[in-house]
Amino acid sequence: MDRQKKNRPLAVVAMSGGVDSSLAAFLLKEQGYQVVGISMKLWDFKEVGGDPHPDGRCCSVEALNDARAICEKMGIPHYVIDFKDDFKKTVILNFVEEYEKGRTPNPCIVCNTEIKWRCLWEKAKALGAEFLATGHYARIKYDEKAKKFLLRKGVDPTRDQSYALWGLSQENLSRTIFPLGELTKREVRAKAKEHKLKVAEKMESQEICFVADDDYPRFIKEWLDKQGQGLALSEVEGLVLSEVEGSRACPERSRRARGQGGKIRRGPIFNLKGEKIGEHKGIPFYTIGQRRGLSIALGKPLYVIRIEPDKNAIYVGEDNDLFRSTFTVSHLNWIAFDDLEKERECRIKIRYQHQPQEGRISSLTKNEVMVKFKKSERAITPGQSAVFYQDDVVLGGGIINRVVNDWSAD
Amino acid sequence: MNDSQMRRVYLDHNATTPVHPEVLGAMLPYYKEKFGNASSIHGFGKEIKVALEESREKVAKSINATSNEIYFTGGGTESDNLAIKGTAFANRKKGKHIITSKIEHHAILESCKFLEKEGFEIAYLPVDKSGFVDPDDLKKALRKDTILVSIMYANNEVGTIEPVEELAKIAKDNGVYFHTDAVQAMGKIPADVQKLNVDMLSVSGHKIYGPKGVGAIYIRKGTRIIPWSHGGSHERSRRAGTENVPGIVGLAKALEIVHKEMEEQSKHLRNLTETFYRKLTQAIPDVFLNGHLEKRIPNTLSLSFKAVEGESIILSLDLKGVAVSTGSACASGSLEPSHVLSAMGIAPELAQAAIRFSFGRDNTMEDVDYVVKILPEIVSRLRSMSPLYANK
Repeated sequence: MDRQKKNRPLAVVAMSGGVDSSLAAFLLKEQGYQVVGISMKLWDFKEVGGDPHPDGRCCSVEALNDARAICEKMGIPHYVIDFKDDFKKTVILNFVEEYEKGRTPNPCIVCNTEIKWRCLWEKAKALGAEFLATGHYARIKYDEKAKKFLLRKGVDPTRDQSYALWGLSQENLSRTIFPLGELTKREVRAKAKEHKLKVAEKMESQEICFVADDDYPRFIKEWLDKQGQGLALSEVEGLVLSEVEGSRACPERSRRARGQGGKIRRGPIFNLKGEKIGEHKGIPFYTIGQRRGLSIALGKPLYVIRIEPDKNAIYVGEDNDLFRSTFTVSHLNWIAFDDLEKERECRIKIRYQHQPQEGRISSLTKNEVMVKFKKSERAITPGQSAVFYQDDVVLGGGIINRVVNDWSAD
Repeated sequence: MNDSQMRRVYLDHNATTPVHPEVLGAMLPYYKEKFGNASSIHGFGKEIKVALEESREKVAKSINATSNEIYFTGGGTESDNLAIKGTAFANRKKGKHIITSKIEHHAILESCKFLEKEGFEIAYLPVDKSGFVDPDDLKKALRKDTILVSIMYANNEVGTIEPVEELAKIAKDNGVYFHTDAVQAMGKIPADVQKLNVDMLSVSGHKIYGPKGVGAIYIRKGTRIIPWSHGGSHERSRRAGTENVPGIVGLAKALEIVHKEMEEQSKHLRNLTETFYRKLTQAIPDVFLNGHLEKRIPNTLSLSFKAVEGESIILSLDLKGVAVSTGSACASGSLEPSHVLSAMGIAPELAQAAIRFSFGRDNTMEDVDYVVKILPEIVSRLRSMSPLYANK
């Protein structure tokens, strides 16, 4: 496209230094956009350590250098913007608080809504950008009938990332471009090669970026230890040291700062009959379906079935005890319509690596829906996102709140 | 218009400057046929030694010193390190108290922090709202065991010129060494070490249209100082390491040029910055000057744009081909408010909104007009997004 520069819309591309965002930037430039690459500095491993791969991961110096070099080669400006404080105040705070409540958070989803489509988008607008683009595998289409921007799965079924994008608003979607949505990963690699976008063959990032060693217990423990010294959460919450250290002066606030679970305490492990059969190390260290680390030998493999933060208790059972079909979802964001007016059938995806399954959704309140799968599913986990699909369209999504004890009903 | 045709305006000369063509011309032979080592006794070395000492002579002349008081270093930061640490350790039997200011370059402040860990005591003098150190504060801070005072000649972020002559006199009257970091002042205002009465003065090459990686320090004869790098007997054993002769030749040439053209350049830069300031404040409301409009190095203007993040201005200007910075280049990338603006008592929200425009010899009135044309649009866009800015 040879449009005059002043008519070329400005698009900011979130650049990680990897192949996906690099090709996204390249394709946009080819399509005639004025492109600016921005890399986000989100996390400093010095905070609580645990950086076993200080090589070419998002936020590392190497990754930032890669992104800069690629942009330089493409002839587009590149900037590194520091969002570390915002990241702590939103993603990390939510991550730790959810674990303290015995839930299993998905920080990538919080990062998308709170950092990429809020902080980064604000910055992009400040630069005069009309669009924000990322290397996500998803598609956006305007639906004339519904007068809505619809979020759809990417065409590559093995790479689709629409699950992590359920939190985007209509305003977000109207200003977002996913240049890779129509491509498969194989095609992306081939195109990058064809256009000599030299992106180092990096390992795919599977773990959560700020817990690169995948050791959540370590992360949570070290983070809370630091908080105990008045360093971590006290900063982000703006609390004074004494409050976080638990002085009597303001117990309400200091408890809130630590999440409702309070301090990490050892507690009982019960079987489903309510008999105490062991002791756990603190509920933040457990997740539904977990088998490891229970230190109980009963001849049969045992799994975490339920976590009750109010009792500081963990319930364990056998694999078939993990299957449930009914749960509630809160923190809703509807994309395809304004509100769920009547019960409907759809497919529901309950974790990143999960094939959406058939079920029915109905409103409980304006902010909570009840979900009932046709067939029970293993390890429905509070804190994870549930995303509702109609074919490849994301109807909306939310956070799994409560799981109903209906295993016997199946 | 494509990107390569976009007008490019460089207004970040306090970060670094382009090498003057004459400087480059003077340096090139020393990368080619004149490659010898100044310490060698053969002919290849001797001609280099001659060039080295001629350069020393030129540098000395430009600040009214004698050549045996000039030591070449790897840059302004190294000169500052040598001045602070070298003097501190050489005089620690006399005392462990050092006085500096809160608005020094990090080369000074971090050297002082290091010394604090080594048992020295450092007093950091405050500055007023324009960035001036009050000589009375120095008088009050002096102690019997004070061994060194280091106050910069001109501040890199806001351009404020410190009353070095007066401050140095106070130190000298009390028998205390006085060092000044003149990295940003060189070539912009006269730097006569006799008139200023300083014992040490730091110079950098790349701020004065010379090469990077070379600097010099003036050390008055008789000053007690120990070297900070050890090895051969280069630089009369005060700075070991084979001399960066091409760089030194370039530094001397650069100093010679800026010294010769100071008056004319000063007029040129003052004209540009004053016009820029006048036109910009007419075009954009709520712009505040950080520093002092008169007592500043003539190329530097620090302006705060109310309710706008400085970072967003820099990036928006960069997209239009204009290079400016927030505070010092060394501190950019961090969101910490500038230590200089904080010390001046500038409110954090205005400190975050500060932009440093530092002009140079190649800038023209067209550059001024270009920035005055594009900046109001950028600022009003950012203000329209800002919850902090209520449109009148």
